[in-house]
Amino acid sequence: MGYDLIVIGGGLVGGAIAWGAATKGASVALLDQGDIAYRAARGNFGLVWVQSKGAGMPAYAHWTRTSSELWPDLAGAMAGATGVDVALRQPGGLAFCLSDEEMASRTALLHRMHNESGDIGTRMLGRDEVRAMVPGLGDRVVGASFCPIDGHANPLYLLRALHAALLQHDGAYLPGRTVDAIDAAPHSFTVRCGAERFTCEKLVIAAGLGSRDLAPMVGLSMPVTPLRGQILVTERLRPFLDYATHVIRQTAEGSVMLGDSQEDVGFDTATSATVMQDIAARNVAVFPALKDASIVRVWAALRVMSPDGFPIYEQSAQYPGAFATTCHSGVTLAGAHALALAPAILAGELPERFAPFSSRRFDVPSA
Amino acid sequence: MFRRLDATPGEIRFTFDGTEQIARPGDSVAVALLAAGEPSLRDTPVSGAPRAPYCMMGVCFDCLVEIDGVGNRPACLTPVAEGMQVRRQRGARGVL
Repeated sequence: MGYDLIVIGGGLVGGAIAWGAATKGASVALLDQGDIAYRAARGNFGLVWVQSKGAGMPAYAHWTRTSSELWPDLAGAMAGATGVDVALRQPGGLAFCLSDEEMASRTALLHRMHNESGDIGTRMLGRDEVRAMVPGLGDRVVGASFCPIDGHANPLYLLRALHAALLQHDGAYLPGRTVDAIDAAPHSFTVRCGAERFTCEKLVIAAGLGSRDLAPMVGLSMPVTPLRGQILVTERLRPFLDYATHVIRQTAEGSVMLGDSQEDVGFDTATSATVMQDIAARNVAVFPALKDASIVRVWAALRVMSPDGFPIYEQSAQYPGAFATTCHSGVTLAGAHALALAPAILAGELPERFAPFSSRRFDVPSA
Repeated sequence: MFRRLDATPGEIRFTFDGTEQIARPGDSVAVALLAAGEPSLRDTPVSGAPRAPYCMMGVCFDCLVEIDGVGNRPACLTPVAEGMQVRRQRGARGVL
């Protein structure tokens, strides 16, 4: 018996698409690899972040906004189906600036995005204005950008809820499956995992860094590479920060997450003292009282980056029915993946708004 | 609930929520308070449920207490000292 849809990759991207498709009545199998996978979905910071996404690609800025608008529906559906509260809060988000140069460059970025993709209420806050909103800021904070639609959520609860909700719609969650090969024909695919064979009419490759090798099996290109990020987590502290910010986030339970490094170090998930010192120092400059907080966990994880940092969504021209989906914003885009992309994939055609996300944008002869 | 294996008298004086307690040299704060019959040392940050020392080796964080004004200190890893002021950890620690 074949499935309507097989999704390769049980992280946040694959999980959201699989659940979204299952709610539309499709028979769905979600193939997840296992602990040998790099699993970006288990290392996330947890932002539902809009303000700086898509400079240079308005379609991405608009897609991100769509996801932000759909997120409350996703969170509500997760709570209703599974009882899991994914702790979505969308109080707005701040990006703190520690120098006049950072203020100038942030101002220029927001101005550019406003011109390219429209006004979403993002504005720069001066020294006094940001202090009126957030208590406890250090003297080095000269201002911040503020976007009223930014937010955050608990990515681990979301992942768990997506898997549980998929099962409730009679989807199959199949862990421990490493895909060795895909036999492709238009609208007919056989996925081979060891001695097992799974067949389907539609296939989504959402395997994170593993997508690079899988995509060519169905005539797609997903030239993704890793970009390491490290995160520090404090003991639980009394609530002091409701806003999302680009480098510090207090969870619903009180833990404070500190990020985010961007390190081009290949497939290396080790942490390093020098990077953690930089992260801690910057965040202590923003909130000096954090110097007394204890760090209880640290980790590193690998972002899944395309050459320009924007997502790839594409249907195979050679083997229609096979789709590429990848991004480095599995949390932010979860609402759109589940509630907008999944129905489009089931319908068999990606609407025009997805055209800019084709991997063909990378096929430019080098000068 | 807990009983000392021998009756050597204690000689270190400290307080728990203002009440004087006696500990022996070498006791951790958690050992001294368990031996004194305290049923729990903290309330959790999320639900406010009471918690007592559990692992006694610094990994479960269920023995957190305030010691000399500093919150979230692991009672099982902290040797008790003369004059130490220990308080119940009530919910999450505040730093600002």
